[in-house]
Amino acid sequence: MTLLSVENLSVTLNTMGGPARAVRDMTFTLERGETLGLVGESGCGKSMTALALMGLLPETARASGAVRLEGENLLEYSEAAMCRVRGNRIAMVFQEPMTSLNPLHTVGHQIGEALSLHRKLGRGEAQKEALRLLEVVGIPDAGKRLGNYPHQLSGGQRQRVMIAMALSCGPDLLIADEPTTALDVTIQKQILDLIRNLVNDLGMAMILISHDLGVIAQSVDRVHVMYGGGTVESGPTAAIFEHLSHPYTQGLFAAMPKLGQRAKRKDGAKRQRLNTIPGVVPELADLPAGCTFAERCGLVTDECRAAPPPLTSVAPPAGNASSGNASAGIAPARIVEDHFAACVHLDEARARLNSA
Amino acid sequence: MSLFLVKRFITFLATLFGATILTFLALEILPGDPALVILGVDAPDSAVEALRLEMGLDRPAIERYFDWISGLLQGRFGTSYTYSVSVLELLEARLGITIPLALMAMVLSVVMALSLGLYAASQHNKRGDVTVMGVSQLGISVPNFWLALLLILLFAVHLRWFSAGGFPGWENGVWPAFKALILPSIALATVQGAILARFTRSAILETMREDYVRTARAKGLTRRATLWKHVLRNALIPVVTIMGLQFANLLAGTIVVENVFALPGVGRLILQSISQRDVVVVRDLVVLLAAMVVIVNFFVDLLYAVIDPRLKAHDI
Amino acid sequence: MGANLTFVQRCIRHRSFVAGGILSGALVGIALLSVVWTPHNPIKMNIRGRFADPTWNHLLGTDQFGRDILSIIMSGAQNSITVGVVAVGIGLFFGVSLGLLASARRGWWEEIIMRMSDFMFAFPAILLAIMLVATIGPGAVNAIVAIGIFSIPVFARLTRGAANAVWAREFVLAARAAGKGRFRITVEHILPNIVSVLVVQTTIQFALAILAEAALSYLGIGSQPPTPSWGRMLSEAQTMIFLNPWLAVYPGLAIAMSVLGLNLLGDGLRDVIDPRLARER
Ligand SMILES: Nc1ncnc2c1ncn2[C@@H]1O[C@H](COP(=O)(O)OP(=O)(O)OP(=O)(O)O)[C@@H](O)[C@H]1O
Ligand code: SF4
Ligand SMILES: [Mg+2]
Repeated sequence: MTLLSVENLSVTLNTMGGPARAVRDMTFTLERGETLGLVGESGCGKSMTALALMGLLPETARASGAVRLEGENLLEYSEAAMCRVRGNRIAMVFQEPMTSLNPLHTVGHQIGEALSLHRKLGRGEAQKEALRLLEVVGIPDAGKRLGNYPHQLSGGQRQRVMIAMALSCGPDLLIADEPTTALDVTIQKQILDLIRNLVNDLGMAMILISHDLGVIAQSVDRVHVMYGGGTVESGPTAAIFEHLSHPYTQGLFAAMPKLGQRAKRKDGAKRQRLNTIPGVVPELADLPAGCTFAERCGLVTDECRAAPPPLTSVAPPAGNASSGNASAGIAPARIVEDHFAACVHLDEARARLNSA
Repeated sequence: MSLFLVKRFITFLATLFGATILTFLALEILPGDPALVILGVDAPDSAVEALRLEMGLDRPAIERYFDWISGLLQGRFGTSYTYSVSVLELLEARLGITIPLALMAMVLSVVMALSLGLYAASQHNKRGDVTVMGVSQLGISVPNFWLALLLILLFAVHLRWFSAGGFPGWENGVWPAFKALILPSIALATVQGAILARFTRSAILETMREDYVRTARAKGLTRRATLWKHVLRNALIPVVTIMGLQFANLLAGTIVVENVFALPGVGRLILQSISQRDVVVVRDLVVLLAAMVVIVNFFVDLLYAVIDPRLKAHDI
Repeated sequence: MGANLTFVQRCIRHRSFVAGGILSGALVGIALLSVVWTPHNPIKMNIRGRFADPTWNHLLGTDQFGRDILSIIMSGAQNSITVGVVAVGIGLFFGVSLGLLASARRGWWEEIIMRMSDFMFAFPAILLAIMLVATIGPGAVNAIVAIGIFSIPVFARLTRGAANAVWAREFVLAARAAGKGRFRITVEHILPNIVSVLVVQTTIQFALAILAEAALSYLGIGSQPPTPSWGRMLSEAQTMIFLNPWLAVYPGLAIAMSVLGLNLLGDGLRDVIDPRLARER
């Protein structure tokens, strides 16, 4: 049975300016062992999607659609039932390791908490298990760290603790919301490798959220590119990176800093400017009626503004069908069909990319 | 011992020292000759002069300040002009009223504040929250001595459950003495409790927005468990600070409330000494109250270090 | 509350702002009215008509000297307002000056001013008032000065915090780069940007001043007779609490309503001036 099936998930926020849809009609499925990336600029609704899956939306938010975990719709679960899911079957790692741990409790206590809650372990057993988990996530001198408080750990170590905490009850699904954004570059890679390896070893499914295409490219099987709360392009990672289809995805890719570009020019001291997508993310409350990207898109026509463009299959250019890198359980043929984009001018977009 | 506590201890001593200087200067610089004030303007010059000598007013101020301080440090308090006994003696019986009163009021206001603040925060923006906030807004606005009068009206004049004032003394049984302090401590605690309750509520609401609270919920803890295990202790840190600062107001409140209920405590003694121009007593008592405030705040800092492991971090 | 409503619209829609405004307005209005008119002369005694029950002539009855209670309460508003204005004025003037100085000079100035205000916080406010009257004798002026002195550190601390934040803003950096002096920047840029914070605190300190004056007058060391004062009315009423309990109700109600009004107004102002902060309150 499909592990997670999200159908038309929408999140509506009650803001001062009226109701605003922060997430619009997200639809995807996730099998055991499969990994999915959500990528997009700040404010595009990535975290809201994750929180909706966890049932942890802010008080002002309402979710609609369905989030089915092995067939059962979590949105219909009672709060008590949801508590048995959280930390047990779905676990989450957050962006800010500095503030995501309670400063007044020891690391051991905080890891042990989920264990005694869901697995009914006693104090001693929970601490023993916490020790093992700390070793699993690669914290040196784990025995000593168990009694430490968060402020005694570095940012990278704290994120390892967060991961240990998330893994503690052996969840089916791990949601990692920008787990490396707050860390410095060398640590980022270590943490990302750790997450990838653990997900592989433990056979969990994972949703990895990032605004960094580079991180996504290395880490997940499938990608949803989000804009304005909805999916604008989705498909297997390799297919997307080979055939950047949606104008927004193309923009994101162009905005990605490439190695070597960062180097300062000796004479001018001016760094070569990064490509950025012109314009700003529109206010949620007054998103345009048609394509949400219309205001910033170079290819926009009246047709784009008329109605939201549906996700349509992206036909790969001939002779390039070997997208390869098929993950377990996904046939290569499906990968091709599986690549969708929500744009009415896909052909022009593709053509523009090729000529650039 | 941590650096934090050393720092706090130095501040503690400095504040205490400052309090003695301020008190001394206030009584020294301000116009008004204590001898003249005691004897009255019509007193013959010779008598005034004699009293000045007796009080040591002819000596330089610095000298008298150090006399006073070294006396206080050795437990020697001044001698009251009006009662002709040591201030210490005057204090003995009176502290037996003021300290229990302040403690009862403190406990009451803390219980009130934590339960109301917690309830309001858990009902955030619902009817319970709005009600508690409205009532506490009213509580803040009511002068404590008026509340005291209303309590007397209701419980002493109307219902006759309590007497309207006075104190039977502890030697005549604990219950009657305790009973005499009930209304005063309620009057004293209500305002403080209302202020603290509002503060507690907003501290809890603020803490509930912290990332680690979301982490706790993501582990599967219920809202209630999260509140008790993760929110409350963190929210207590700012609340405890305010509690310490409030203690000064609480002590000041005893002066007023003891007066309403005719309780022969320290507050009433201060007031009487003022009307009798008994400067020595006023001076010692003011420093005593200031010391109590400073000591309580020092203990608040200690409590801090117990609650928050970050403060124990930098051992020296 | 809408983010793009005008200031006036936000005011009208804010319930506690409206309630606070009405109560505070009533306080000021009554005080002003009582200067020119009260139903009876508030200090004229009439021994034969003492402890009269409420009638159309004496809406709240009369006190132990036959004075009209409504008239005394109306005149008492004058006293409370005077005390509030002068005491808060003292606190505002010195507190804001010190706070601005601390913020403009930083370093030692700031350290000293802030330590001093910390110290004042640890000292029970009413004690200083009591020490003052212990040496120079009771009276309204001494009480006002004492209350004013104790609002100095409140304003100093608030001003410094707010001013420090403004000093870090870009337009101030620009002004400094343009070579403007600290004093000029303080007057032209810092002060205008912290006014709203000060306005809110002023209403709250005003309420505290009214409470403190009432307490001092109740203890007999504030306003002296025959100036009508709510606090002293209560202390007189207490002696007759078994005889005429209502005397102990009206003045307290007047104090509580005034303080409530000012507190609500302050809370409301805070929300209305800065709607971003309003969400949690
Ligand atoms: N508590 C909240 N109340 C109201 N609006 C919110 C709240 N949290 C987020 N939003 C809005 O919802 C939208 C989606 O936010 P979300 O946090 O999902 O973005 P994100 O893609 O995770 O961005 P980031 O990369 O910055 O984390 C944003 O426009 C944000 O302003
Ligand atoms: S639908 Fe139109 S506006 Fe939207 S991305 Fe495609 S071309 Fe641009
Ligand atoms: Mg996010």
